[in-house]
Amino acid sequence: MNNSPYSLKPASVQSVMLRVLCALLPGIAAYVWFFGAAILVQIALASVTALAAEAVMLRLRGKPLLMFLSDGSALVTAWLIALTFPSIAPWWLTVLGTLLAIMVAKHLYGGLGQNPFNPAMVAFALMIVAYPQLMSQWPAVGATDFAMQINAIFGTRQLDAMTMATPLDALRTVLRDPEQRAAIGGLLGSNATFGNIGGKGWEWVAAGYLAGGLWLIQQRIITWHMPAAFLATLFAVAGVFTLIDSTQFAPPLFHLLTGGAMLGAFFIVTDPVSGCTTPRGKLIFAAGVALLTWIIRSFGAYPDGIAFAVLLMNIAAPLIDMYTQPPVFGHKQKEGEPR
Amino acid sequence: MIAKLFKFKGGVKPDSHKDVSAAAPIRVAPLPSHLIIPLRQSARAMARCLVQPGQTVLKGEMIAAAEGPLCTAVHAPTSGTVRAIAPQPVPHPSGLPAPSIIIDPDGLERWIERRPFDYRCVPAQETRNYLRDCGVVGLGGAGFPSHVKLGPGEKGIETLILNGAECEPWITCDDRLMRERADGILAGASIMRHIAGARRILVGIEDNKPQAIASMRAAVQRLGEADIEVVAVPTRYPAGGEKQLIRVLTGIEIPFGKLGTHFGVQCFNVGSAHAVFRAIAHGEPLISRVLTLSGNMAHPGNFEALIGTPIRELLPLAEPRTDTDRYLMGGPMMGVALLSLDTPVIKGTNCILAGSPALFPPPPPEMPCIRCGECAKVCPAELQPFELYWFSRARIFGKAQEYSLFDCIECGCCSYVCPSRIPLVDYFRFAKGEIWAREKEKAAADIARERYELRLAREEREKAEKAAKLAA
Ligand code: SF4
Ligand code: SF4
Repeated sequence: MNNSPYSLKPASVQSVMLRVLCALLPGIAAYVWFFGAAILVQIALASVTALAAEAVMLRLRGKPLLMFLSDGSALVTAWLIALTFPSIAPWWLTVLGTLLAIMVAKHLYGGLGQNPFNPAMVAFALMIVAYPQLMSQWPAVGATDFAMQINAIFGTRQLDAMTMATPLDALRTVLRDPEQRAAIGGLLGSNATFGNIGGKGWEWVAAGYLAGGLWLIQQRIITWHMPAAFLATLFAVAGVFTLIDSTQFAPPLFHLLTGGAMLGAFFIVTDPVSGCTTPRGKLIFAAGVALLTWIIRSFGAYPDGIAFAVLLMNIAAPLIDMYTQPPVFGHKQKEGEPR
Repeated sequence: MIAKLFKFKGGVKPDSHKDVSAAAPIRVAPLPSHLIIPLRQSARAMARCLVQPGQTVLKGEMIAAAEGPLCTAVHAPTSGTVRAIAPQPVPHPSGLPAPSIIIDPDGLERWIERRPFDYRCVPAQETRNYLRDCGVVGLGGAGFPSHVKLGPGEKGIETLILNGAECEPWITCDDRLMRERADGILAGASIMRHIAGARRILVGIEDNKPQAIASMRAAVQRLGEADIEVVAVPTRYPAGGEKQLIRVLTGIEIPFGKLGTHFGVQCFNVGSAHAVFRAIAHGEPLISRVLTLSGNMAHPGNFEALIGTPIRELLPLAEPRTDTDRYLMGGPMMGVALLSLDTPVIKGTNCILAGSPALFPPPPPEMPCIRCGECAKVCPAELQPFELYWFSRARIFGKAQEYSLFDCIECGCCSYVCPSRIPLVDYFRFAKGEIWAREKEKAAADIARERYELRLAREEREKAEKAAKLAA
């Protein structure tokens, strides 16, 4: 038997996953700065739950425990869940979501590399359908009192004083009420919910994700295709509709800097397992997610649509890949014709 | 001047490790105790043995003749006595022994009569036959007969490419050859240009070999012929792959199943050009080659060894270290692990690499594919290795073929980068082998069915004839 190559580049799933986690750190730092340390509690909760669930499932499926537990993939899922859920959500919401993501969305579909749906987005979608109220309680900027946040997470009482509508929620309320609609432009500029462009504080979190995401591209862990296609498409549709009717539709920069747009662009849409892999496929996939996100944000029943958009495109991914196979070396030119 | 270089997609940059063996000049390996010369040259070529056990032979004497279109002659590498004609281990992934001629040298190195061949006064076909009878094949590894590649083909050859890229890590035999014997290489190339009727010669050398490039450029000056250019190509494995080098120098992409001649371009290893020169100018058949001994060795270097030298007798020249756990023939990316050190040096042996657990650690356990696409990014054949892996593993061979499995050149780039440490190339070799086996089976079954139908038809006919006779 010939088993070449005999030398391998130092690379591992673990190092890929660890670098993804590192890339999330700037966004998390901004998150803590503007919205308090509660997010760290959620990340810890999700991480512990994910590792425990992973261990149980690996044992049940008779897989080597150490090799897969240390690959870091469960932690990536856990962190994404913590970052997409409200940071002052009750503890059991995060734990339940994480359990569903790891046990059902990941392992019941075959484990690492096999899941057709993005596990973190499965968790988000299920939870927002089941507990729409709890999934919409976001911390207010400056309400960073850690004791109060802990109380919100582990206590029985929800503290209205420290929650606040997210920019997307506020936008939704305004859009729903015909009398206020005319004021959309003014509202975006003045309301305390909103910052200069997106949502107060959220702009900086988005900037953190952007920085981490660019680093991931530089590290060759993701390619530019998906983030570029996602952000460009979101910008374009939002832009066109703002031009058509600025009283009905939010401007493009608002869309890019609120909600999970940046997180989605660099960390969620780019999940290789459940997404497309060919270069053209990636462009189509990410553009599709962006379009669906905008539609759900503008017309749907839920404030942020990335999760549903991703899941819908996950279904189409294999087909898109099949039809976008790039040409093979030597099969793209006429015979004897240098290109 | 070449207007611009083209790029091939993919490729990787493994550590070159070339400096350890590139510094010292080529040394001549001593005469071994015996020589083993395999008769089989490829799946489709086996030379016809011309000698008997006990017969004495001269250095350079033809001991097996070319048989069939893809075969070349075989020669005695030194003078001596034929000990036996028997199956011997050969450097082939299958590890199966193949019929070989074993020669005991007499130590006298008595040559046959050597006469230069006047290729200018004879038709090209005659020169090609002469090269076939001198046993000249590609020395880059695949060992394809040079006289076949020099044939006119359907379009004729416009560009002759000399491959001095030598992209595999550790190997430096072509580098040394170009530094030390540049004039011979170019003289050979010039002869080949004449035979093929080509217009220009391009010499492609990876830019990590500045001395070789300088030496070859100086030799071009000395030769003083028009339309020869030495081109430094970017160092990136597998830049020395034939299709990749042709692409880089000319922009032409040769698809699987097509030959260079379809596109008016043909590519030869620099060592092959040198062998052509020795055959034509000195009347010497191909009986030795330069190869690199490197890896886990105390004194790595390049050695000129007779074809047929048992590897075991070469190794002491470079002193393998004690923790050596295996030997590879070829480089770390595409080389084959040697199953026996009694295996001889053959014409395609460019390197013997000593491995140790520290140098080539056993691969970590295989994880599931995470579809990260890294393998597709580095694949020079522009395939989607993870899709091929999935189909090969699931034994959906039809799909694997649809996704161009046979365009895979087995360069190993995909396995090299895969974070899940999947031995992708192993899966592809397995799938190709299965598909070939099935095709063979099917062909055999087709023949059997045809025979059966013929027999039925014959029996029918005989029955009818009998009936007719009875009726008469
Ligand atoms: S490099 Fe390995 S893990 Fe990544 S897509 Fe290719 S086969 Fe899968
Ligand atoms: S071994 Fe085959 S599939 Fe892998 S990179 Fe090389 S050509 Fe591509």
